[in-house]
Amino acid sequence: MANIKRSPWLLHYDGSSCNGCDIEVLACLTPVYDAERFGVMNTGDPMQADIFLITGGINTQNQSVVKQLYDQMPRPKVVVAVGVCACTGGVFKDCYNILGGADTTIPVDIYVPGCAARPQSIIDGIVQAVELFQKRSEEHDALVKSKKPA
Amino acid sequence: MNVFLGVLAYIVLAPIVGGLLQGMDRKISARMQRRVGPPLLQPFYDVIKLLKKQVITVSTSQTFFLLTYLALMILTGAMFYTGMDILMCFFVMSTSATFLYFASVVTSSPYATIGANRELIQMMTYEPAVLLACVGFYLAEGTFNVGEIVQTRFSNIIFLPGFFIAFVFILTIKMRKSPFDLSASHHMHQELVKGLTTEMGAQNLAIFQIAEWYETAFLIGVVGLYIVNANPVSIVAAVVVVLLVYFLEILIDNTSARMKWEKMLNITWLVTLFTAGVNLLVLMLVR
Ligand code: SF4
Repeated sequence: MANIKRSPWLLHYDGSSCNGCDIEVLACLTPVYDAERFGVMNTGDPMQADIFLITGGINTQNQSVVKQLYDQMPRPKVVVAVGVCACTGGVFKDCYNILGGADTTIPVDIYVPGCAARPQSIIDGIVQAVELFQKRSEEHDALVKSKKPA
Repeated sequence: MNVFLGVLAYIVLAPIVGGLLQGMDRKISARMQRRVGPPLLQPFYDVIKLLKKQVITVSTSQTFFLLTYLALMILTGAMFYTGMDILMCFFVMSTSATFLYFASVVTSSPYATIGANRELIQMMTYEPAVLLACVGFYLAEGTFNVGEIVQTRFSNIIFLPGFFIAFVFILTIKMRKSPFDLSASHHMHQELVKGLTTEMGAQNLAIFQIAEWYETAFLIGVVGLYIVNANPVSIVAAVVVVLLVYFLEILIDNTSARMKWEKMLNITWLVTLFTAGVNLLVLMLVR
């Protein structure tokens, strides 16, 4: 079984947030926290991404964007909601245009709480996501194998 | 028979060398930024993962173009390392680059198209230096044949220092490293997204990556060609020089920001003219 969890590539999307969590996500990739030591790369391209990091809530305007980004990612994929905004809508929850957390639109696997989520907990979330990614990949392999004509 | 074995060895060894160099690149880059950095084998992990992902293609012909790109790239290196005509190697390389361009534009994605157009400009930029490099070898050795060039009594760099500098300069463009990473930004998301490779996912990106390894293996071979002579010890010297040049590329990559293409074109052609051009004149006058 290939160890594909060694190479998780991130796609970061900033929803309806205050940008606090986005700064923290970027902080994870700076030399101080160095997420690249886990093989993590920040790619801006959904076609090349494995883990979808979403910060901020979903509003009426970005819902279709989030949905499309998710659909463009090839399987196996994992979604991580970073910050309470992405988990539930957070402080913006009662706004007229907010639909709620990321799970109103796409299936979320890992919730990283915090306002703003600390880099440590974000990295912890990514590490958990990576484990899940490996599991999904094995399931995906089994699926591909079962579909192939013997 | 020997040629056949050589080609086989090249097909197996080149991606390993290219991948390891890339891993080293990422490690050293990380150290330069005071980070721990990914493991040395990271590029291989990446490619294995890419091969296992679900295939979503924007355009089915993209896979064909990329495979042709890879095949021609392998051919380039195989011809070079089995000692054939160096001019022919570079022609095949240019052809393969054209297929890469097609692989990018068939998707009609704006980012990929911008990246592809910039790739064409890059080709135009480095082509004079590449052709001059071939001319230089011919003037120094009287042959384009790599097999005969390596039999020289003195390392070619003694006669061709200008050509060497020009070639190392365009190596930065060829490896798509900053400040000349115009066609595909390697790091993070920028205005280009991923440029050339934006619409390549899973398998296709893996093919591209492997082709890049072959390309690196070929390019460092050309750098080595300036050093190697009839004395086998020179091969060690060539390896050292190649590693030094590669380190220089990483250093430049980490200390410079991306340039506009006009500036790249101007600077590169000026450098080519003043180093390779002057070297050429001197060689022709002395002979
Ligand atoms: S969770 Fe807090 S810091 Fe993060 S985006 Fe929402 S309001 Fe900003």
